[in-house]
Amino acid sequence: MMTPKLTTTQTIGPFFRNALLREDAARNVLVGAQTLGEHIRIEGRVLDGDHSPVSDAMVEIWQANSFGRYNHHADTQPALLDSAFTGFGRSGTDDDGNYWFETVKPGAVPFDEERMQAPHIVFTVFSRGLLNHLFTRLYFADEPANEHDPILHLVPTERRVTLLAQREPASAIPTYHFNIVLQGGDETVFFNL
Amino acid sequence: MSVTTIGSIIRGDREVFPPYLYEAYRSTVKRAPKMPLVDVPLTLSELTGPGPGISAVTPEDADLTTNAGTGGEAIGQRIIVTGRVLDEHGAPVPKMLIEVWQANAAGRYLHKRDQWPGPLDPNFLGIGRCLTDEAGVYRFLTIRPGAYPWKNHPNAWRPAHIHFSLLGPSVVSRLITQMYFPDDPLHALDPIFNSVPTEEARRSLIASYAHDVTEPEWALGWRWDIVLRGERSTPFEAPVQREGVR
Repeated sequence: MMTPKLTTTQTIGPFFRNALLREDAARNVLVGAQTLGEHIRIEGRVLDGDHSPVSDAMVEIWQANSFGRYNHHADTQPALLDSAFTGFGRSGTDDDGNYWFETVKPGAVPFDEERMQAPHIVFTVFSRGLLNHLFTRLYFADEPANEHDPILHLVPTERRVTLLAQREPASAIPTYHFNIVLQGGDETVFFNL
Repeated sequence: MSVTTIGSIIRGDREVFPPYLYEAYRSTVKRAPKMPLVDVPLTLSELTGPGPGISAVTPEDADLTTNAGTGGEAIGQRIIVTGRVLDEHGAPVPKMLIEVWQANAAGRYLHKRDQWPGPLDPNFLGIGRCLTDEAGVYRFLTIRPGAYPWKNHPNAWRPAHIHFSLLGPSVVSRLITQMYFPDDPLHALDPIFNSVPTEEARRSLIASYAHDVTEPEWALGWRWDIVLRGERSTPFEAPVQREGVR
């Protein structure tokens, strides 16, 4: 069979809100009362090369449940599936560039036969002015397993900090802060996937 | 045509995907990353994804001519847009969520940031969604969108297009793009369309008129197939130098 050519990307533009962030399409809250694991909040801002807020971005997340299992047929691990958790979130940004999610802290997931990946969340970022979306990952700054994470090890040491969400010292529910900087000296690490 | 600065930071196949920096499209200038993307292998985290089950899709969602729910019908040339969603091996992708949005027949979006004096249509929201069937086929009934002005450069007009968002079978197959109509003189003047690096890749965004889809006394048919990335990834390094449009 002839291999078909991939369809290319185009920007999400400024007018996606009614379609992609309608009431039942946005998904800031990934958890319900039944969802197992440590419930956490993630919040941050999307910023451009001048550190101005990107008020028309869309941020999607994908993560494993608290046991480290993805709710997807390709994940055949024996770890427990949580019927009260799909692992997908979608948030817009407000006038100050803020996005947020309520989710659980994911468990560690396999990298290959021998190695594990530290708990992390895959982030996909869209906005006007992005001709192709960006992929990054959130890691938890207070997680000892980061030291042995095979993906973090591929990131230049001085840039790893951009992938580490910091825990807010005083918050009712554990809250991690994670800014996404599209451009500049503290630019977030984005992956070539 | 004038020369535009084109960045070297590109995600994925450089003959398919646009660079992040394409200066002629002004919004890229402050939003394009400048640091090299970090090459990483695909892991379970990228080869899994949310699948279709995130919204309750009804058949009415795929009819943009009436889904405003006013009882009235949108003004414009009624069209059927259909096609197949395929993976990189050419196999159909069933049960996949497709979300679309578009301007009305006059080129106006129902959005607070679209304030040009094109008329709004009270019977048109310009949003729709559907799931692909077992053969990977999707189908929308809508009206042909108009071109609309934007402020990127003097007398700038976007060619008529429909925005498509596909979740795909895994995170790596996520796609947001735009479908265009053939023979539009605005293509040559549009920096967003021309940010795509090759003629072949640009052609992948253009629907074909399909008389077998056209329904007599009802609507004109357009066919557009979509091919999603998967596990195979073919990025390679090559410098980029080419002409652009302002």
